[in-house]
Amino acid sequence: MPEVVVRKKVICVEEIFHEGGPVAEIPLRRAAAVAVIRNPFAGAYVANIEWFMDDLKPLGLEMARKLVEALGGDAEVVEGYGKGAIVGSAGEVEHGALWHVPGGYAMREVLGGAKAIVASTKKVGGPGARLDVPITHINASYVRSHFDAMEIGVNDAPRADEILLALVMTTGARVHARVGGLKASEIKGDDGLR
Amino acid sequence: MTTNMKAKIRKIATFVEETQREMDRPISPPTRRAAAVAVIENPYAGKYAEDLSELMAIGEELGELLTARAVAALGILGPSAESYGKAAAVGENGELEHAAAILHPKLGTPVRRVLGKGAALIPSSKKRGGMGVVLDIPLGHKDAAFVRSHFDGMEVRMNDAPRANEIMVAIAVTDSGRPLARVGGLTKEQIKGEDGLH
Repeated sequence: MPEVVVRKKVICVEEIFHEGGPVAEIPLRRAAAVAVIRNPFAGAYVANIEWFMDDLKPLGLEMARKLVEALGGDAEVVEGYGKGAIVGSAGEVEHGALWHVPGGYAMREVLGGAKAIVASTKKVGGPGARLDVPITHINASYVRSHFDAMEIGVNDAPRADEILLALVMTTGARVHARVGGLKASEIKGDDGLR
Repeated sequence: MTTNMKAKIRKIATFVEETQREMDRPISPPTRRAAAVAVIENPYAGKYAEDLSELMAIGEELGELLTARAVAALGILGPSAESYGKAAAVGENGELEHAAAILHPKLGTPVRRVLGKGAALIPSSKKRGGMGVVLDIPLGHKDAAFVRSHFDGMEVRMNDAPRANEIMVAIAVTDSGRPLARVGGLTKEQIKGEDGLH
């Protein structure tokens, strides 16, 4: 089994105190873990790529654990999550889709069985490309206060034969959330939606 | 943290980069660098002020806060840091001199206090720009500016900063030089550390 070849890892943590309104008693924190890896399928069309998802699982787990650590070490504080990928120019968007299973699996594993689908996005891009990683509540996708996004990117990645993989976690609602909808306190938690 | 501080901070971000391979060669141990960035209100936005002392005091505060954050993000003790740099981006209603007031008069002393030493000039850059502007923070060895392996730069940006009335202030710290540094010059083993240059 070919190992995943990592060139670079980045951790970014944001602590948001306010956005023009009242200063939050507990600041919102958002964290992103990024890994830049070699794309084993760069440069040619390869029909069978699915096996690489298993190879990515240990990396996903390591990134999810790093995120919890970056947010203080307690998985209980995590309320939102998302994931994304940017595929370098010698790859195709389908290579980014390989991240769906290992990225989602890793965060669920580390967060102890989160129920909601992990919001995601992906694209093909050059070094410095930015990605707006969507974020939703970990147990109920419709919680309106937790719809968010975090922009990530690395100035020298992805190179043509690389893939940039990202996981994102947050500790709560948008800092001045006030547009109604389903509240985190109202979650039933059966179907991952409400 | 915001309550007793002079700076009105909207947001703080930290970035940690770890480079494990370059041109398919392993980097062992990986090179690591961190930046801590604060987004603050610019007390002088939209007007000309002769006396910028409020920003100088804010610089002193942020020097300590951001250096401590960057070092913590690397998980090292201050004295283990090898290189450093600082930068600021002023939102469109401010002037370049506001960045200078934060960066130059008072910020350096607390940075050096957190790191234990720092004989060398702290390399810096500044600009005015809109949200999402890129800051390239220059990096140089903290005790001897001529250490060639440690000349570097770290890019940081935030999509939502600086707003027109804000300033983005960044401090970067590393525990290593460039990956695969091999262009000669003074090495860190040769540092005398007296004049800040050699």
